[in-house]
Amino acid sequence: MKKALLGKKVGMTQVFDKEGKAIPVTVIQVGPNIIIQKKTLETDGYNAIKVGFEDIKENKLIKPIRGQFEKVKLATKRYIRELRLENVDSYEVGQEINADVFAEGDRVDISGVSKGKGTAGVIKRYKTSRGPMSHGSHFHRRVGSIGASASPGKTFKGQKLPGRMGNEKTTIQNIAVVKVDAEKNYILVKGGVPGIRGSLVMIKDTVKA
Amino acid sequence: MDLITMIENEQLKKDVPDIRVGDTVKVYVKVVEGARERLQAFEGYVLKIQGGGLSKTFTVRRVAYGVGVERTFPVHSPRVDRIEIIRRGKVRRAKLNYMRKRVGKAAKIKSTM
Repeated sequence: MKKALLGKKVGMTQVFDKEGKAIPVTVIQVGPNIIIQKKTLETDGYNAIKVGFEDIKENKLIKPIRGQFEKVKLATKRYIRELRLENVDSYEVGQEINADVFAEGDRVDISGVSKGKGTAGVIKRYKTSRGPMSHGSHFHRRVGSIGASASPGKTFKGQKLPGRMGNEKTTIQNIAVVKVDAEKNYILVKGGVPGIRGSLVMIKDTVKA
Repeated sequence: MDLITMIENEQLKKDVPDIRVGDTVKVYVKVVEGARERLQAFEGYVLKIQGGGLSKTFTVRRVAYGVGVERTFPVHSPRVDRIEIIRRGKVRRAKLNYMRKRVGKAAKIKSTM
C-alpha cells in the first residue's frame, strides 16, 4: 500500500459527469485521520502508521486505549487502525491525513464489514443454481447431493452448505474515485461499498493497478 | 445539513418548469457531433414522471413517421438544456401507459389551456 485512509460510509446518491451521464456514487466521509504512532522498519520490523478516526469523548474509552492518545497528547478517537504503508517518511505523529491523499480518477480498493444476511441458503450464499419450481420437481432451493453412498461415501471438506452469511470483512477492488473534496473531507467513489451506512471503511490504493 | 443532501442540492437545477403528466413539451437536448455541440429538440407528451429530487426523470412520447418513440430524460441532467411546456394536458392517470395502444384520434390528450 502506498496510501490509505479511514472513512465512514454515508450513503449513496448520483452525480452527473462532464458528459452529462448520471453516475451512481457512494459518499464516504473521510478524515481527518490523526497519526498516533509511526512504525518503521528499524524499530518495529515493518513500516506502518497508526491512525485514529472520528472524535469520541474521553470517558467512553477504556484506559488502555485512552492511554495511547495520552502518550502523544492527542484528542481521543473512536477508531484506531494500523495502515501498513511502503513508505512512512513523509508522515509525523500528530499529523492529519485528509481526503486529498487521493485524487479524482484514482483507482482504489475499499474494505469494510459487509451487511449481515443471517442464515442463508446455498443459492443466496454461494450462487448455486436452483431446481425447477414447477412440473412436480419437489427440488426447489435445496442443497444437491453432498457425498452419494459408496463412492465417495463421505462429504468432502469445503462442501457448500447453508449458514451464516455476511457480517465479515469484504474488499471491493479497483473502483474509481469520482470526486474528492478536501475542504469538507469527503470522497465519492463509483458504485457500492460493503457495509451499512455509518460503518467504518478503509480506502487504499488498488492492488490491481 | 447532511452530506448527501448537500451534494444533491449542488446539482439541482433551479429553473425547471413544473412539468406534469399529459403536458406537451419540447425538450432541448445537447447533442455532441464530433467536436461540435448543438441543440436538438424532442417534442411529445409526457407519458410518465419517475423518481424525485436529483434522480427525477420523465418520459416523452411522440409518434414519428408512424413509429412510436419514447425518450426518458433526467430532469437535472446537464445534457437537458431547457424544457418548454407547449400545452397543458387534462389527464386522470399518473402514468399514461394506455396511450401506447391508442392510434389516430383516440391518441389525443385533451388540453386544459
